[in-house]
Amino acid sequence: MELFRIKKDIPFMSYGRLTTAISLVTFILAVVFLATRGLNFGVDFTGGTVMEVNYPQAANLESVRKAVDSIGLKEATVQNFGSSHDVLIRLPVKAGVSVAKLSEEVKVALVAADATAEVRRVEAVGAQVGDELYENGGLALFFVSLGIMLYLWLRFEWRFAVAAIIANMHDVVIILGFFAFFQWEFNLTVLAAILAVLGYSVNESVVVFDRVRENFRKMRKASVVQVIDNAITRTMSRTIITHTMTQTMVGSMLLFGGEVLHNFALALTIGILFGIYSSVLVACPIAMWLGVNRANLIGDVEKKEGGKKEVVVEPDPSEFAS
Amino acid sequence: MNRYPMWKNILVAVMILIGLIYTIPNFFGESPAVQITPAKSTTKLDSALLGKVEDIFKQEKIEYDGVYQDARGVKARFKNTDTQIRAKDVLQANLGTDYTVALNLLSRSPSWLRSLGAKPMYLGLDLRGGVHFLMQVDMKAALSKAAERFVGDFKIALRKERISYVGVSREGETVQIRFNNADELTKAHAVIAKEYPNLTLEESTIGEERILKASLNLVEQKSIQDFAIKQNIQTLHNRINELGVAEPIIQQQGADRVVVQLPGVQDTAKAKEILGRTATLEIRMVDEEKSDAATLEKAEKGQAPVGDDVFKNRDGRAVLVKKNVVLTGDYITDAGPGVDGQSGRSTVNVTLDARGARIFQQVTRENVGKRMAILLIEKGSTEVITAPTINEEIGGGRVQISGMANTQEATDVALLLRAGALAAPMDIVEERTVGPSMGQDNINRGIHSTLWGFAAIAVMMMVYYMAFGAVSVTALAINLLLLVAILSMLQATLTLPGLAAIALALGMAIDANVLINERIREELRNGNTPQASIHAGYERAWDTILDSNVTTLIAGLALFMFGTGPIKGFAVVHVLGILTSMFSAVLVSRAIVNLIYGYRRKLTKLSIGQIYKG
Repeated sequence: MELFRIKKDIPFMSYGRLTTAISLVTFILAVVFLATRGLNFGVDFTGGTVMEVNYPQAANLESVRKAVDSIGLKEATVQNFGSSHDVLIRLPVKAGVSVAKLSEEVKVALVAADATAEVRRVEAVGAQVGDELYENGGLALFFVSLGIMLYLWLRFEWRFAVAAIIANMHDVVIILGFFAFFQWEFNLTVLAAILAVLGYSVNESVVVFDRVRENFRKMRKASVVQVIDNAITRTMSRTIITHTMTQTMVGSMLLFGGEVLHNFALALTIGILFGIYSSVLVACPIAMWLGVNRANLIGDVEKKEGGKKEVVVEPDPSEFAS
Repeated sequence: MNRYPMWKNILVAVMILIGLIYTIPNFFGESPAVQITPAKSTTKLDSALLGKVEDIFKQEKIEYDGVYQDARGVKARFKNTDTQIRAKDVLQANLGTDYTVALNLLSRSPSWLRSLGAKPMYLGLDLRGGVHFLMQVDMKAALSKAAERFVGDFKIALRKERISYVGVSREGETVQIRFNNADELTKAHAVIAKEYPNLTLEESTIGEERILKASLNLVEQKSIQDFAIKQNIQTLHNRINELGVAEPIIQQQGADRVVVQLPGVQDTAKAKEILGRTATLEIRMVDEEKSDAATLEKAEKGQAPVGDDVFKNRDGRAVLVKKNVVLTGDYITDAGPGVDGQSGRSTVNVTLDARGARIFQQVTRENVGKRMAILLIEKGSTEVITAPTINEEIGGGRVQISGMANTQEATDVALLLRAGALAAPMDIVEERTVGPSMGQDNINRGIHSTLWGFAAIAVMMMVYYMAFGAVSVTALAINLLLLVAILSMLQATLTLPGLAAIALALGMAIDANVLINERIREELRNGNTPQASIHAGYERAWDTILDSNVTTLIAGLALFMFGTGPIKGFAVVHVLGILTSMFSAVLVSRAIVNLIYGYRRKLTKLSIGQIYKG
C-alpha cells in the first residue's frame, strides 16, 4: 500500500503567510486562555491532598461530604472519579497540619461514616515540596530547550536551531492553552509528556532540515523556496506514517490507560498533532525568514561530511535520509 | 553484499537470547510469601531455622508452596494471602522477638533462573501498592541542638583552664560567653579557638560586659547536618525493622530530605506513628541548689529560674533540671527491659557506647550524692521518667533506669530507645499511598495500553510495508523484549509512568523503521536494484535516525536530572527505550532483512508495498 503519490512539490512556502497566521492566532488564543483561566495545577504543584476512595456500591457523595465536613475541612471538594463507585476528595494545604496527619484524619472519618470505604490512593504534597516540583519542572523545560538548541546549532546552523525551538515552544504553549481552556488537571505526568513531546517533535524538524541541506547541495539552480518546498514534500510520507504510528500507541493509552494516564495521553495527542504542523509549517518559514541559504548551510557542511560521501555506493549521493 | 559477517549475526542472536532469559521471570508472576530475618544484626542466621519453620508449618497445618533459605533469611511461599497472613502470625508467635517476620511477594520463577540472577522487574509502589513518604529533617533544630552541646563543653573547658566567666548561653544557633573583663576574654578566646577550630569567634561589648560569640562556620554546619541526616536514616532503618516490612527503601534526597518507601504496607496510620515518633532520651542533672519549696512552687506554675528547665515527673510533680545536657540518646547502643534484683520492679537496662560511658563515668564521679534526671522527650513533651540519686561512680557504660510502671512500659521504653533517637525532628512533607487493588489495576492498564497499541501498529505496518513491515514489527517486538530485559536486569523501579514510557518508546521507535522503509522505497523508485536499495536505505537513514534519537535523548536526560518521583521513573525507561530502539531498529531489522534477501542472487522485487514509478 502506498498513500502518497505526489508528483509535484507542494508550494508550502507560498502558504507561509497563512500558516503563520493560523499559528499566531492559536498561539495568542492559548496565551489568552493561560492568562485568563490559568492552569488547573494538580497537588503535585500546589501542595494539598488528593484521596481516591472506592465503595462497593455507588458512592453517596453527600455522606462523604458530610464526613469530610465533620472534621472541619470545608474547603474540600468531593466528586466522582471514573465511575460512580469511586470518589475523589481534594483538600488544600492546611497551615500547621502535616499532610500525613490530615490524610489520616480524613481516612478515619470516612471509615467511620461507611465501613466499606476503601482508600485506594492518597497523594499528599506539602506546600514547599509543591513549589520545588514547580521550580524543577520549569528548570527541566529550560534545559531541554537549551540542549536541543545547542545540538541543532552544532549539527546544522543557528537559524535552524532558533526556528526549531520557536516552533516547539509554540507547541508547548498550545498544549498548555488546551489544558487552560478545558481546565484539565496539570500534574507531573503531564509535564513529563510535554517534555517528551518537545524531544519528539524536534525529530520532525531534524528530518526536514536534513533534507533541506541535502537539497541545497543537489538542486543547484533552485531558489530557497523551491528547495524547502521539495524537502517538505519528499518527507511528508514518512512524517505522516510515523506520527500515525505514535498516535496509535498514544490512542491506546487514552483508551486503556485509565484516569492516571488520561491527561498524559491527552497532552501527547495535542503535542503530536501540533508537532506535525509546527515543525514543518512553522519552523521552515521561520528558518527562511531568518535567511537560511545555500552559502550559510553548505559552506560548513561540505567540510563536515566530505569524508562520508565516499562510502556511499550509489551513483546519486545527493539524496540523503528522509 | 547484504550479508552480515558471522560475528554480527551471533551478536544479535546472543543479545536476543540474553533478552529472553532476563524477560522470562516476569511471566511467572508472584505469590504471597513471608520472609523471616534475624531481628538484630547480632543474631546469627543458622541453618536450623529452615527446619524450625517447616516444623511450625506442619504443626499448625499451614500449606506452603515452597520454603528456602538465602543469605538474608528464610522465605516461604503460599497459595493465597489468607494463608500468608496466618503463617505470619503463627511464625511471629512461635519464633518470638529474635526474628522479624514480614509479608512479601516472591517470584514463582524456577530456581535455575534465580541462580542466573534473573528477576522480574522491580515494581514501584503505584504498581504493587504501599506507602511513600518524603520526610523533611528540621536542620535548624539540629544546629540548635549542636549549639546546646557547646554550652556544656565550653563551661567544662573554661573551668578546666580556670577562666572566670559570668555566663554561657545559647542564642539561636550561636553561643555567647559573657565576661567581666577583657583579660579573661582574651584567654578564653585562645582556649576555645584552639579546642574548637571550626567555630567562628567574635568579640563585642555590651555595657559592662565583654562578650565572646561563637558561631558554627559553614564547614561545621554542614558536617552537623550531614551527621543529623545519617543518624536519622539509621534510626528510620531500625524503626522500620521493628515494623517488619519486606523490602523497605530509605534514601537520602537532597541535603535535608529522606525518602521512605514501604511496599505492601496497608496500615498507614501505624507506619506514620512509628516513623514520626521523635522520642529522645536526655540525661541532665537536677538543680538541687534551687530546688527549695518557694522556687518549686513557682516552677509548678511554669516559671523556671535562669539556667534551669522545669518538667513534670510521673506523679505530676515539678522537677527543676539544669539546661545543660549531660548525655543524649545518641550514645545508646542497646536497651532492654529488665527487673531490679532488689526491689523486683521493672527497669530498662541501657548500654552506652565508649564515649557515652566515659562522660557518664565522669559525671557520676563528680556528682555523687546528687540527683540525676532521666528525661524522655516524645512529641514535643518532656517527662522525667526517674530522678535517682547517684550513689557511686558508674563505669562501664551500663545504666539501669528504674521507675518503670510495669513490664510493658519497660519494654516500650526500651524499644523506643533501642530504635534510636532522631538527631533532629522530622516531618512528613509528601505522602503517596496506593492500595493493592489499585496497583493491580494500574499494571493491567499499562499492559493493555502497550499490547493493544502494539497490535494496532503491527497490523498497520504489515499492511503498509508488507514483508518489510513484518520485519519492522519483529524488530519492535525485540525492542520490547530487550527493554524489559534491561529493566529486569537493572532492577530499576518500574512505575505506571514507566509503563507509559515503554508504550511511548515503542510508538516512537517505529519511526526508525519507517525512515528506513521509506528510504528503501525511494531508492527503488530511483531505479536502483533491490539489493543496492536495501544497502543504501539502511546506510543513509542511519544519520537521520541518530539525529532524531539524540534530540529525544536530550529531553530524556533533562527529565531524569530534574525530575522527581513519577517523572524520574518515566525518564529512566524513556532513555533506555531510545537506546534499545537504536539497536533493534537498525541492527536487528537489518539482520533479518539480510537473512531474507541477502542470499538471493537474482532478486528483482522487494515485498515493501506497492512502489509507484516517477
